Amino acid sequence: MTFGQFLLVAVLAVPALGAVAAAAVPGDRAGRLVGTAAAALTLLATLPLVGGDHGWFGYGPRPAVQPWHQLDVSWVPGLDLRFHLGVDGISWPLVVLTALLTLLCCGYTLWRVPAGGGSGRALVALLLVVEVGILGTFLALDLVLFFLFFEVVLLPMYAIIAGWGGDDRRRAARKFALYTLFGSVLLLVGVYVVVAAAGTADLVTLTGGTGLSRGAQLAAFTLLALAFAVKSPLWPLHSWLPDAHTQAPTVGSVILAGVLLKMGTYGLIRVAVGVAPEGARWAAPVLGVLAVAAIGVGGLVCLAQTELKRLIAYSSVGHMGFVLLGVATLTATGLQAALIGNIAHGVITGLLFFLAGAIKDRTRTGSLAELSGLRETAPRLAGLLGFAAVASLGLPGLAGFWGEAFAVVAALRRGGGLWTTLAVLAALGGALTAAYFLRLLRRVTHGRPSPAVASLAPGLAGAELTAWAPLVLLALAVGLAPALVLSYSSGPVGALVGVVTR
Amino acid sequence: MSLVQSVDNVALLPAYLAAGTAVLVLLVDLLVARAAATVAVAALGTAGTALGAALVGAAGERRTFCAGADCSWLWTGRAALVAVVIALLTLGVLALSGPLLRAGRIPVGEYCFLLACAMTGGVVLGAAGDLITLVVALETLTLPLYVLVGLRRGSLAGAEAAVTFFVVSVVATTLTLLGAALLYAVTGSVHLDRLGAAFAADRDGLLDLPLTTVAVALVVAGLAFKVAAVPFHAWAPATYDGAPLPVAAYLSTASKLGGVAALLAVVQRALPATVTGPVLALLAVLTMTVGNLVALRQRRTVRLLAWSSVAQAGYILAPLGALALAAGRTADARAEAYAAAVAYTVFFVLLELAAFAAVVALRPADGDGGTLADLRGAARRHPWVGGAFALALIGLAGLPPGLAGLFAKVTVVRALLAGHAGWLALVVALNAVVGLAYYLRLAATLYAAPGGVAVRPARIVVVALGVATALAVVLGFAPQLVLDVAAR
Repeated sequence: MTFGQFLLVAVLAVPALGAVAAAAVPGDRAGRLVGTAAAALTLLATLPLVGGDHGWFGYGPRPAVQPWHQLDVSWVPGLDLRFHLGVDGISWPLVVLTALLTLLCCGYTLWRVPAGGGSGRALVALLLVVEVGILGTFLALDLVLFFLFFEVVLLPMYAIIAGWGGDDRRRAARKFALYTLFGSVLLLVGVYVVVAAAGTADLVTLTGGTGLSRGAQLAAFTLLALAFAVKSPLWPLHSWLPDAHTQAPTVGSVILAGVLLKMGTYGLIRVAVGVAPEGARWAAPVLGVLAVAAIGVGGLVCLAQTELKRLIAYSSVGHMGFVLLGVATLTATGLQAALIGNIAHGVITGLLFFLAGAIKDRTRTGSLAELSGLRETAPRLAGLLGFAAVASLGLPGLAGFWGEAFAVVAALRRGGGLWTTLAVLAALGGALTAAYFLRLLRRVTHGRPSPAVASLAPGLAGAELTAWAPLVLLALAVGLAPALVLSYSSGPVGALVGVVTR
Repeated sequence: MSLVQSVDNVALLPAYLAAGTAVLVLLVDLLVARAAATVAVAALGTAGTALGAALVGAAGERRTFCAGADCSWLWTGRAALVAVVIALLTLGVLALSGPLLRAGRIPVGEYCFLLACAMTGGVVLGAAGDLITLVVALETLTLPLYVLVGLRRGSLAGAEAAVTFFVVSVVATTLTLLGAALLYAVTGSVHLDRLGAAFAADRDGLLDLPLTTVAVALVVAGLAFKVAAVPFHAWAPATYDGAPLPVAAYLSTASKLGGVAALLAVVQRALPATVTGPVLALLAVLTMTVGNLVALRQRRTVRLLAWSSVAQAGYILAPLGALALAAGRTADARAEAYAAAVAYTVFFVLLELAAFAAVVALRPADGDGGTLADLRGAARRHPWVGGAFALALIGLAGLPPGLAGLFAKVTVVRALLAGHAGWLALVVALNAVVGLAYYLRLAATLYAAPGGVAVRPARIVVVALGVATALAVVLGFAPQLVLDVAAR
């Protein structure tokens, strides 16, 4: 076993063991501490994964997926299931983001356990189980294993929403569980359509659509794209998202928006497009139209929102629309835009949900009508909210800019009436994003302090600053130096586009 | 040809052990007359039967009672699997019966004797090589259950349930027997393999005879009653709810496994797939859809489990429905479909037993299943029992961390897609979503704010629950164990 393989196992085993330990350790605070330590260790284990064989040297034809490290062990041969993990430039940034956000959420829980009845260590344990599922999804190089990890996330997330959420949590949690299970059963059928047709579940072999007939590819892509569209979520399959985000506790919303949605877009790129490129080419215009519809609808709905968390939740629909538009173009630029858009959205929306949670915790309301003048009484909070909102609306120099701008550029470069129209509409949608975020800032930070805001203390807790600072820094760093993400992903994306457009 | 048959007694050993257990229990009850001794003998005999069945099965295939090439007793890998699982389920149900027997409203000797008799039927069932043996074995499995369902003294619900079950089951048996007789009339044979060969050869347009169709339909319909497939399901919820809890557990696990084994035997070896395939596909779709939809509305725990077990029967039948398509009838796809049905059944009975064990643990010794509200907050009072219950429910819904259930669903979907029955795979998948809705409701009730009545779980039941849960967890990480045995 090489060091890389050891790291791959550790990245999944540490949070899994951490979850068990957090649940088993006597004492609530001790459990939370153990869980947070496990999350920190996981983050440490994900970082050295970057040092590996980046596959830039060598001769002859190359597979479209060249993992830096991989581990391939037989598990259930009767179901074509192999424990095949690997990491490359497409998955590594997401892996690190997941580990980082989970650590921040665990740390935040160390400081404050959301009200609702459940114990803090149970929440930390569930967060770690969710982390195992998300990391496993990003690392899996076997289709069936991918499906398995995709499913792992579902119930712990349900429990987080149902156990620590807002007033209407049970309904929201149930809706989340049923909706996303609907997506993952389609994924199950899609996976085995591919496996039955190709005789293997190995993603490295399958990428490029070798061995699949056109009919199988169309069927597989339809099923897989639907499955990922529910998770992403792509309009019109998004209706679980606002409820789940609004009702979930702060840390739940952060994980949901920050990385859970990325399982959908990552799956779309890695699995749906990779395995069924012919299906992807066939469905690209439909995906593009839906993505732009999501941008438009998301923007318009946000303009009419009166609740803080709900507004941010709906803004995710629009942002994910940009990501999907990038994927739909099936060009290197578009896929790169999608990947960096993914990371940027994870960082910025994670921060936004942290801030929204802080505001709701302090004022006990999320209604925009009851919030105003935040900068008068809590200038730091208001400043951070302003920063996050501006980053989210895609100001150049901050992380949100690259994904949105290059998705539009990719659509324009694709040429033709349809894609040009889509690009123009998406750009208009980008303007809508600016409109609703500025409206949000005007309502919340400016004006006279409302009664709910007037009594706020100006300071921020140390735990809050610790949890938010990395996200603020990352939003700046990715914005100023997008190469942080793009340099790793350009190789794998080039290889993927090479086989997809063959 | 010699008129004296040579009998391979080793092949028959499991049946001897099972029947011997029943006789011994009766004798011990008569001579020693102590409840503890009776139960101990029953438990030991059951464990011995499981061991014997496994040992004989591990030594390779054995056959006896042969007329020419056709044998009435085939001790194959699958027969051993069915026998071992049925014996273990009997052992589990015996453990669940602890509080019930201690409560004293049920005669211990009779209870254990009848359970052992039912086990004998189940052990013989898997090995049956002709229709007569099959029906007799199935009746031996079912007959004691009529009595067991109504054995609780002074329980009107129990008596009602017993009568419902009796009437429906007898009608079902009659149908199967009539079908068997017609099959004999058409082909002149009752041996499963010879029937299969006759239909495969299709002499004199055998398959086109209306009589053949009627005969096949009757046999399949009769057996569908036993697995409680829609539209032959109406007896199940009423019977489960009226029966004592451990007997309900036996009905929904061992008895259902017996029905599946019988159905598989005739479908795989005897009947033409062109006729049975479409019928089974239709039955599967109806069964899972109706079962799931009705389960959504249930307020009583056992009824919810009963309807869910109706739905699960649909998932079990689904792979056989792939035989409806020409592509599903290649040798590989067929073998995979049968193996998938067996594997799903094994995963299912294990999780179902765990779920029933948890209900028994969380209810008063002599009580019925009660309503969902009675279980409110149970997992907060008893974290381990409640956790095991939730795990079993999640497994039945087919989601992690109930990996055993997840792999069961995966097995079925995989077999369906290998048989090119994509639409049926989609129906199964969508039904899994409906299924989650009520399993989740029950699981969430367990963790809701406490209400209901506090009960101290009996130790023996907790042990049974622990063993079942541990097995489910092990099989969740190593499903290949079941898949290998099921494919043999």
